[in-house]
Amino acid sequence: MNASPAPLAPTRAPSLHATGMRKVFGELVALDDVELHVRAGTVHALLGENGAGKSTLVKCIMGFYRQDAGTVRLDGEEVHVRSPKDAQAAGIGMVYQHFTLVPSLTAAENLVVARADAPAIIDWGKERAKLQAFMARMPFRVPLDVPVADLSAGEKQKLEILKLLALDQRFLILDEPTSVLTPDEADEVLGLLGRMAHEGQITVLMITHKFREVSAYADDVTVLRRGALAGSGPALSLGVERLSRLMIGETTLRARAERRPVDGDTVLELAGLFAHHPDGSEAFHGINLKVREGEIVGIAGVSGNGQSALVEALAGQRPLSDGRIFIRGEPFEPKRDAYHRFKVFGLPEEPLKNAAVPRMSVAENIAFRSFDRPPISGAGGWMSLRPLRQRAQELIERYRVKTPSPDTPIEHLSGGNVQRAILARELSGDVDVLVVANPCFGLDFASVAEIRAQIMDARNRGAAVLLVSEDLDEILELADRVAVMSEGRIDYVAPIGETDRTTIGKHMAAHGP
Amino acid sequence: MDLTDSALFTVLVAMLGGAIRVSTPFLFVAVGECLTEKSGRINLGLEGNLVLGAMVAYATSFHTGEPWLGVLAAGVSGIFLGLIHGTLCSLPRVNDIAVGIAMMAFGTGLAFYFGRPYIQPPAPLLPSIPLGNWTGIPSLQRALEINPLFFVGIAVALLMSWFFRSTRWGLIVRTTGDSAPAAKAMGVNVDLVRILATASGGFLAGVGGSFLSLYYPGSWNEGLSSGQGLMAVALVIFARWDPIRCIWAAFLFGAAGAIGPAFQAIGITQGFYFFNAAPYILTLFILASSARSRSSAREAPGELSIVK
Ligand SMILES: Nc1ncnc2c1ncn2[C@@H]1O[C@H](COP(=O)(O)OP(=O)(O)OP(=O)(O)O)[C@@H](O)[C@H]1O
Ligand SMILES: [Mg+2]
Repeated sequence: MNASPAPLAPTRAPSLHATGMRKVFGELVALDDVELHVRAGTVHALLGENGAGKSTLVKCIMGFYRQDAGTVRLDGEEVHVRSPKDAQAAGIGMVYQHFTLVPSLTAAENLVVARADAPAIIDWGKERAKLQAFMARMPFRVPLDVPVADLSAGEKQKLEILKLLALDQRFLILDEPTSVLTPDEADEVLGLLGRMAHEGQITVLMITHKFREVSAYADDVTVLRRGALAGSGPALSLGVERLSRLMIGETTLRARAERRPVDGDTVLELAGLFAHHPDGSEAFHGINLKVREGEIVGIAGVSGNGQSALVEALAGQRPLSDGRIFIRGEPFEPKRDAYHRFKVFGLPEEPLKNAAVPRMSVAENIAFRSFDRPPISGAGGWMSLRPLRQRAQELIERYRVKTPSPDTPIEHLSGGNVQRAILARELSGDVDVLVVANPCFGLDFASVAEIRAQIMDARNRGAAVLLVSEDLDEILELADRVAVMSEGRIDYVAPIGETDRTTIGKHMAAHGP
Repeated sequence: MDLTDSALFTVLVAMLGGAIRVSTPFLFVAVGECLTEKSGRINLGLEGNLVLGAMVAYATSFHTGEPWLGVLAAGVSGIFLGLIHGTLCSLPRVNDIAVGIAMMAFGTGLAFYFGRPYIQPPAPLLPSIPLGNWTGIPSLQRALEINPLFFVGIAVALLMSWFFRSTRWGLIVRTTGDSAPAAKAMGVNVDLVRILATASGGFLAGVGGSFLSLYYPGSWNEGLSSGQGLMAVALVIFARWDPIRCIWAAFLFGAAGAIGPAFQAIGITQGFYFFNAAPYILTLFILASSARSRSSAREAPGELSIVK
């Protein structure tokens, strides 16, 4: 890679100024007179708690939603963006949290088909030459001839960004761009975008929950709180302390729960578990692990090494090809009855997809574990809705789920609040075994503290906790013992006191890609 | 013993000729289905297109005396059925498999209803190109009398492969079939693309039907198709959604279908029914094995209802 890429064209980066932005969903005021000023050629971070309105604000700018009031100016001129297509024409592009690439098309095909002016008949010789010339000017490369399905998450993220740049979009909006990346990949992508911004080629607006990224890459910061502007200014003048104040106001953070010594018997035992992917390849191999009462066993590993398959197997979403699961010495089949009898609970990753019915209401989703038992289920199999709502209301308050009402479809909650609602459902009862996967993915720091404390509380009450996480800090903070999963195997298990970050990191990369 | 007299030679030549003849309708239906499935829909109703196409082609040829006009009319009848399928499936909460089965019944029913009067009278059939005169061997000459539609089918498959790779519309069809959200984000009208792809696939299946009634077997009756339209769906899976592999797969199915008649040609009639069942056994075998195959899972368009 060359030291500094030749600029595309000098001073192309636009500035963006949104004023008086207001958006109301039913009863809920998601945005109230918000102002956002992004200077040309800067990296601007948009911060706020879960549900503060960050995604809503950028979706208004992108034309997914029509704001109820407010104007957006690009380089001082008012723009009327009614659809993402208008945004594209105005030079505003967005990288979404989920990828919008076509998996079976190659990178080159994805870049060509995304162009509005793609020729009817594609001369691949010419197009390839053009793409290569374009790539040569870009600070990062992606293999052009491999189907996107075979690219790593980091490469896909880069390709998404390249796609916007190839479309000549100079105002880039990134909604939690680094959540799918490893810290190294995140550093690479953000570093390069920052460089391009400072050369005046692009302007970047990024939503993030990570203070580390804000202090390392952002020039300016805007903070939203409950739909209103809480503050803004240069990143340098706002320390982490100030930023967190702005985000959560005077609410006190939940203190880190203390770890009480608990000495119990083995509760959960995984004995020689094997499973396969639908395409026949092996997902994990010979997993042996014991979790005791009042113990958190953390499974560390780079994503895609079989952890999600293991969680799916424990949740009954994936059949085991061999091995048994025991709970207190009794064989456990992942079925609804057994979950209830053995008091097994869980929070899978991507809870909106794996643990909720998106179109059902928050209250109904919270009742999934209890709707077929008294008091909700009465005589003759009839459900009584009053206790269902009452219970939901209670849990919504206790776990501070931000929702317009218990009857709102759960898919309309912000990402963090879906997580809280599911956690409220799973943690509120008497828990013997808890299986959690990446519980703090995409959560703001206050929620992170809250949820980690909840998990620690469950442990202190005697639950056996299996915590699968890609975030090593989380494991180091919570786990009593660490197991490292790599290429579908667990070859390293150690008590937290006898290991450290480097040793774990080494084992994570042991077979690794 | 002379080579041309040997039983093996006779069987092989009969199988070659049979494979070319039998594979042609398979090829058209499969390439049509390939296009439809690449856009993210399954059309199980192509059996209906095939049978209706056969009837319409025969009737048109009978009335106009122009067999090629019959081929065209068969294609148009296929577009008609494809448009109905495509439009119905675009309604919310309509399942393409269920619509396909209904369309199969509708197409064959229509053909049987309007086809009654054409079972007896003979209509002009499609000509063939004698490509084997140079061999001087009568059995080879007969085997190499090839209908132009066979070559048209191969050309269509090659053209479609190029279309998928090197045209904007081809990329858009693949995008639509693999990720509807991505297509929508590009401003593509997903339903429209799928309706057009189903209609074009229906055209090809209709043309395939005309081959049945106007060349081989070369008459119109209600037992004309023996499930080729359905088997073509299996064939597309076997060909992993690649038009060029569809050519080979169609040939394989054609050869399997030609085993029975070829053995009959040398007087072996034992196991006749078993050999005639060869294509169906092949279908079952392919479906069972490809369901577990890694590459077919990878290459399946992501939007297909059977894959999701
Ligand atoms: N389509 C919708 N209908 C109803 N309410 C909605 C809709 N979209 C968002 N909301 C509500 O608007 C509020 C702001 O949501 P938004 O997604 O903007 O939050 P966010 O700041 O992006 O949070 P997170 O960090 O969790 O992603 C939330 O309370 C959410 O429930
Ligand atoms: Mg958001």
